[in-house]
Amino acid sequence: MSPSFPVLPERASSVAGEVDALFFFIVAVTILFTVGISIAIVFFAIKYRRRSDADRPADIHGSLLLELTWTLIPLGIVVVMFVWGAKVYFHMNRPPDDAMTVSVVGKRWMWKLQHPTGQREINELHVPVGRAVRLVITSEDAIHSFFVPAFRIKKDAVPGRYNVAWFRATKVGTYHLFCAEYCGTEHSRMTGRVVVMEPDAYQTWLAGGPPPESPVVAGEKLFTDLNCITCHRPDNAGRGPVLVGIFGRSVKLASGDTVVADEAYVRESIVSPASKVVAGYQPVMPTFQGQVTEEQLLALVAYIQSLQIPTEGAPAPAGAPQR
Amino acid sequence: MTAHAPGGPAHPAPAGGHPGSARASEALQHQFTDLQQQKEATTLGMWVFIAQEVLFFGGLFAAYAVYRNMYPAAFSAGSHHLSWKIGFANTLVLIGSSFTMAMAVHSAAIGKKKRIVAFLLATVLLGSVFLGVKYFEYGEKIRPCSGDGPYAGCLVPGERFDASAVHLEGDEGRHAQIYFSLYFGMTGLHALHMIIGMPIILGIAFMAWRGRYSPEYHSPVELVGLYWHFVDIIWIFLFPLLYLIGAH
Amino acid sequence: MSTVATYPKDSFLSGGWDLKSWLLTKDHKRIGILYLLSISAMFVLGGLYAGLIRWNLLVPDGSHMSADTYNKAFTAHGVIMVFFFLIPSIPAVLGNFLIPLMIGAKDLAFPKLNLLSWYLYVLGAAITLYALLAGGLDTGWTFYTPYSTVFAQSNVEIAAIGIFVAGFSSILTGLNFIVTIHKMRAPGMTWFRMPLFVWAHYATAIIQVLGTPVIAITILLVALERIFHFGFFDPNRGGDPILFQHLFWFYSHPAVYIMILPSMGVISELITCFSRKRIFGYSFIAMSSLAIAAIGFLVWAHHMFVSGMAVYSAMVFSALTYLVAIPSAIKTFNWAATLYKGSISWATPMIYVFCFLGLFLIGGLTGLFLGNLGTDVHLTDTYFVVAHFHYIMVGGAIMGYLGGIHFWWPKITGRRYSEAWSRLSAVLIFVGFNLTFFPQFMLGYLGMPRRYHVYPEEFQVLNVLSTAGATVLGFGYLFPSFYLVYSLFKGEPAGDNPWGAKGLEWTTTSPPPTENFHQIPVVTEEPYDYAKAPKEKDAV
Repeated sequence: MSPSFPVLPERASSVAGEVDALFFFIVAVTILFTVGISIAIVFFAIKYRRRSDADRPADIHGSLLLELTWTLIPLGIVVVMFVWGAKVYFHMNRPPDDAMTVSVVGKRWMWKLQHPTGQREINELHVPVGRAVRLVITSEDAIHSFFVPAFRIKKDAVPGRYNVAWFRATKVGTYHLFCAEYCGTEHSRMTGRVVVMEPDAYQTWLAGGPPPESPVVAGEKLFTDLNCITCHRPDNAGRGPVLVGIFGRSVKLASGDTVVADEAYVRESIVSPASKVVAGYQPVMPTFQGQVTEEQLLALVAYIQSLQIPTEGAPAPAGAPQR
Repeated sequence: MTAHAPGGPAHPAPAGGHPGSARASEALQHQFTDLQQQKEATTLGMWVFIAQEVLFFGGLFAAYAVYRNMYPAAFSAGSHHLSWKIGFANTLVLIGSSFTMAMAVHSAAIGKKKRIVAFLLATVLLGSVFLGVKYFEYGEKIRPCSGDGPYAGCLVPGERFDASAVHLEGDEGRHAQIYFSLYFGMTGLHALHMIIGMPIILGIAFMAWRGRYSPEYHSPVELVGLYWHFVDIIWIFLFPLLYLIGAH
Repeated sequence: MSTVATYPKDSFLSGGWDLKSWLLTKDHKRIGILYLLSISAMFVLGGLYAGLIRWNLLVPDGSHMSADTYNKAFTAHGVIMVFFFLIPSIPAVLGNFLIPLMIGAKDLAFPKLNLLSWYLYVLGAAITLYALLAGGLDTGWTFYTPYSTVFAQSNVEIAAIGIFVAGFSSILTGLNFIVTIHKMRAPGMTWFRMPLFVWAHYATAIIQVLGTPVIAITILLVALERIFHFGFFDPNRGGDPILFQHLFWFYSHPAVYIMILPSMGVISELITCFSRKRIFGYSFIAMSSLAIAAIGFLVWAHHMFVSGMAVYSAMVFSALTYLVAIPSAIKTFNWAATLYKGSISWATPMIYVFCFLGLFLIGGLTGLFLGNLGTDVHLTDTYFVVAHFHYIMVGGAIMGYLGGIHFWWPKITGRRYSEAWSRLSAVLIFVGFNLTFFPQFMLGYLGMPRRYHVYPEEFQVLNVLSTAGATVLGFGYLFPSFYLVYSLFKGEPAGDNPWGAKGLEWTTTSPPPTENFHQIPVVTEEPYDYAKAPKEKDAV
């Protein structure tokens, strides 16, 4: 049996404190009501205990005032709880702009992660302390859930979707990574650890091992190998829309709707191109469903994300086509 | 607290009241005090059952709404491979059967025994025509891919689904599979309701022939009528949602 | 006090003991007893699976059984307890037995349908048990796609069909109750003279009729997807696995209220009887049941806050979830106020009421953590959720069920059981329950995910505590089966009204005659009018 016996989980991210404050507020409310009502019940049960069969209890029907009181006071309390909770949830779902993106692919029964610089990890994630890390999470098979208790974050990895979570680690150390959504036989072994390091140590860690291929470079190579380049030409002469500068912008669709070209839209356009065709183009693109893995998809998305319109005076981004 | 009630007592019959005629007492079940109460209870029961059915189909309609919203093009393309003419003809058949059913209920209310039986049999006949057409429609889709009829193709969802035979390529083909899943799921469930309903109608027709129903007591005819109209109404929704969305 | 009660010569039990008289009965009271026997068997089986789970979790390394065995054990525990014990428990046993008696009817509106419901339950249970025992099922009771549709190698189709069939048993029971309550009330039994137990069942029946068909079609789609590869929930075929969760929880969250509302109805009956006092705020308690049933249909997506749903939808569902907490709070306050200036007896059913109140308070209030967007992200899918719903379903629903069984046992069987043993068992259950499940709140907050066959070592102390508690709880549940069965043979005759309770069911003999009342009663009083109550004149 383990000698250590924690009562409170570690608090190692910037939102952990917010979650805990809210948690203990609700704990306080819970204790207040539980103890208050329990005392009332025990007190009544003893004070008005039946002493003789001839007891004549009071004939009370009810009280509108009391009913209103114990409807409105709890209502007020839960409104506070709701608003507070919504605020924290908002914060959890809005990654800061300067965050570094780590892609996460769940697969029965392991986590595959890739850093923006290309390093791949399995069931282990090294991150620098103090830096915001944005996770783009998906799955190759069943639904999983990426859960780091010390960071108070959890997000489902859903096949066919990109879910986003983020954290900013505040404390150097090693923390549990769990799969929280039941995914089959070895679900409970789909665990790992998150290693939070000093920024210097993180740089050293990045430098170790063979030089990796960054997702952008890998994506560019795929872009050529899969012949995407034949139609998606940078000069507006191809059969498909120009992709330079498209990421993050609103796109007008043939159906008349508009969508923001985010990770999810780019992914959808690769695996089911007919679903949301850009206005002015024919649905001629074949699907790549089954031909590219989730990781290759993420690389393609990273590459398209890197295709920014060069601003005046600034050098073209590394991945942009040179023709 | 006042003892005011919106509904009042449900059946203010005198305690221990006895039903009147001999024929009524035959139809009256022991838990009810009179035929009126029995009729109200069974009618409410059928309405509650129909509410349940609405939610039962509702799951499929929800799935339809979600996927049609996701894949409008594939749904429209899939719909092209159903014949709206056949669907429309079948709709008329079913509306006809609703009419004969309504006539059967009317005949029961005025106590025309032979007409009850005739209209119920007509209802079953029209129901059979509908199912026969459905059988033909299904058969066309189930036929092997190598067939060369206008709709021939493996349009049955599953491992061998092959929409390319009907010029639905790649992506759209894959999503058309969802359309055909819904097509088979919804029309299949609808057909199942008819298959369950028809023997019941036949049973009631038999009882009518035996002279069990009277203007005072003919709840079973009314109830099966309610059920049959409900099944028809489901089809009235299915027909446009499945057959007409392609704007032919 | 005055006369010694005698056992009536003519009752629904004296109509014969041969198999046919039971298996073909249309008497709601006999059908209630058939349900009592069948759900008790399922409870024992589900309990054995719970034992397996706790046994495995004694050690962190999973060395007591394989991962596959463990997964099948918690799936079986969940499926059996939810679909075959908790959902039918109070409605099918006590509701069946009591609703006609309470409203002064001779039977439910559709006795044959009632019997059919029981047969559907048995058939569904048999099919599901076959799936669970011959090979097993490893999807969890929630059947999440695409795991259940694409990856699971176990008996998903058979179990799905079993649950589908059992679902119709529940629907037909609900239908029967709705019609009975609308159309079968005795003269003078107006809506606002109905016992709160009946109100609670009315609300429950609405959920059963409107919610169950959705799970039925959903689970059917899972089976169709596996058999015919329909692809509704398979992302590789263009389907959406999240749609399954919406459809599933649209039923399965209201299903929680199918379990707890009848229990609340029981508590309302017991607390008035043993305070010998009118219930405080009758109409508020009655209407809060309907409010729970209505709002309960609008909160389902609070099970999916981390699934990637839009932030604003999450906010709507969180707000509605908080709204549904209010009617539960109203009930609790009214119950506590009913005790005020009462004449409170500490008989066994009342001990269960006290246990219920304590556990339901904790269970309900911990729901606030899970309805909260900020804290749910951390707590969902952990042992915190497991603890929370066990406090509601076991602490709330089963305490109410046992309280109800102890209250109406003399009415059902005509015999009294041993007060000493029954109080001891209530206390054991209360202590064992808290010892089992309170540590799980802590485990959840620490971050232990649910459905884990192996777990990090630092969670072991709390898990061992929990298993120790489960042992006590198991013994607590064993006791009633002994003293209640003993009472059938050696118990003293109960008399018509051993508790001095109000309500039509106490005006007839114990056990009641087949026709319930020798003469249909005419109601002239408000409910729970204990100011005019008879004292425990038949009590011993």
